[in-house]
Amino acid sequence: MSAQQSLAHKHLTYEQAKDIDENIEWAKINTDVLRSMENPRRGYWVAMFISVALFAVMIYAEVYQYQFGMGPAALNTSHMWDLYISTFVFWIGMSHSGTLLSAILHLVHADWRKPIYRFAEAMTTFSLLTAGIFPVIHLGRVWNFYWVMPYMSDRGLWPNFRSPLIWDAFAISAYLTSSVLFLYIGMIPDLAICRDNAEGWRKKLYTWLSLGWRGDDAQWRNFRFTYLMIACFLIPLAVSVHSIVSMDFSMSIMPGWHVTTFPPYFVAGALYSGCAAIITLFILLRYFFKFEHFMTMPILDKVCKLTFVIAMVWTYLNLVEFASVWYGHDIPSKEVLLAKASGPYSPFFWSMMLFGSILPFALLSPWVRRNMYVLFFVSVFLNVGMWLERWMIVTPTLSMGHHPQAFNTMWPGWVEWAMVGGSFGWFGMLFLVFVKVFPSVSMYEVKEMVYHRKRTVYEDVDEMMDLHSGVPGPSSAPASQTTGGA
Amino acid sequence: MANHHKTLRIKTKRMLGLFGDFDEAFEVIADIRRYKVPGLTVDDVTLKSPIEHPEIEDVLGERPTNVPKFAFWGGLFGLVFGFLFLASAQANFLAQPSGGKPVITIPSNIVLAYEMMILFGVLSTLVGFIIGAKLMRKSEGLYDTAITVDQIGIVIEVADEQASPLKDLFAKHNVLEVREEALS
Repeated sequence: MSAQQSLAHKHLTYEQAKDIDENIEWAKINTDVLRSMENPRRGYWVAMFISVALFAVMIYAEVYQYQFGMGPAALNTSHMWDLYISTFVFWIGMSHSGTLLSAILHLVHADWRKPIYRFAEAMTTFSLLTAGIFPVIHLGRVWNFYWVMPYMSDRGLWPNFRSPLIWDAFAISAYLTSSVLFLYIGMIPDLAICRDNAEGWRKKLYTWLSLGWRGDDAQWRNFRFTYLMIACFLIPLAVSVHSIVSMDFSMSIMPGWHVTTFPPYFVAGALYSGCAAIITLFILLRYFFKFEHFMTMPILDKVCKLTFVIAMVWTYLNLVEFASVWYGHDIPSKEVLLAKASGPYSPFFWSMMLFGSILPFALLSPWVRRNMYVLFFVSVFLNVGMWLERWMIVTPTLSMGHHPQAFNTMWPGWVEWAMVGGSFGWFGMLFLVFVKVFPSVSMYEVKEMVYHRKRTVYEDVDEMMDLHSGVPGPSSAPASQTTGGA
Repeated sequence: MANHHKTLRIKTKRMLGLFGDFDEAFEVIADIRRYKVPGLTVDDVTLKSPIEHPEIEDVLGERPTNVPKFAFWGGLFGLVFGFLFLASAQANFLAQPSGGKPVITIPSNIVLAYEMMILFGVLSTLVGFIIGAKLMRKSEGLYDTAITVDQIGIVIEVADEQASPLKDLFAKHNVLEVREEALS
């Protein structure tokens, strides 16, 4: 079947099948992205209002908890973590796809990442900032959080460096710093574009942040190496971060947690929820900012397929974990597994399986992948499944530890739910501010994509014309960068 | 030979040529490499572009960057410093009973030293980038905002007698605009 027949079979035109239009004018790329940073529409303010409202409820809940202790959150002796740490793991997981996928796709020269990686990396940063809230608030005594910092105490006390919780503090701090720098460095050429087109406070901000970028060949060369080096650092870092988060659980001897497959299982889960979130934000940005020229359907199609693959890896590791427990004949672990499937938490466990393992098969359907409305809800429910997964990791084990006298089923109180909801508000606020202050699509990289696609097309056409007719191809009169036209 | 030419001429002005197409700018630099403008070499050329053009090194020649060295030494420092920092902190526990467990715990310290290696590697890479790309410095003149849109700029410092041949070379390759300023 020829390429054209194949496209016709899929009811796609050639234009629809391209992941970017190589004839788009470069000035239009700047204009469209810069316009997205101006004059928020009503939908933006509605989203901001909801985010601020959720965050305000979270603040109220925290003040309430501060006044009355951990009781109103329904935390008790065996349930000292519950939704706080479940949601912490969820947000850490969410942070993984942006930076990790961006770095991997950069190293393998998958240039379809270029229009979408900026907001994905921003998602990483804000997810980490959201995740960081939960270890603090779950302490109750939030003012003692600085005890995890390795500072020189006058009492000669240091944190316990053998504890995975301290590894967490180091790993997440390193990951947050590196991710912010990766996001920032990748944005410097775009900040120069913003600087050249801004006025007032924005001009000052972008001038300061662009560090005097002028697009010199020396700057680009150093930029290339820097971006590559940081991408190389970030891939093992991202994998180590979620492995270490999994060690918070697997290094303990609690039934259901002491599992050797936890690190890869957590990394796969992190990538999975991050990819689903990328789909959600992709659709929202494309719709609200009219980014149809950059965030194209073929790119979304690739993200969907990638999400499906990662979902299957996660499902496999999930089943491996169940099989290990089942055939391992460790009675307490087996009881926890059975309780998950048939006990009071079973509706949530089976919902997790439905949303996490069954629903991704919808992504195999081209109709779903091309239907924005359906895909939006699918991506949201994939993440509902991933949030339930984290809850089902934490709470059932705490309900059935090694001490039968401490067995209890726990349902989160309103304070915990307020904190969970507020975390989405906090994330939403940060993200909404970001997309109005910084370009959410990488302008210079979309230009690079367009430039290289155009040259490739012309080289191909040249070869074909030379081969068949000896007629000089279009590159004999090369297209101007300024017009974009042929 | 090229250096000999450079010593004979005093650079008096800086010129900027703006081009609408990278291939034209590439040809200008290739002609400079072919000594079409007496006394000018590619070492005098700075290319300014809206996107990265690694292929420009075909005519500009490979110009070194120290960023990988910064990354390597930063990472190595982080690894060593991280381990020593933790070990020295743990050595304080010598005064306290450790229940038969080792005072300096190598497996857990490897995890933390690994994280420090990456953190310091990234920070050092950033420093290398700022130094190598000459960022955070007072910028030189002759810049056009069209460079961040879609045009290519070639900036060259020239002597008086080189200005005219260079303009001709720019014109031959369809320059959109030429600007010049006196060197202080």
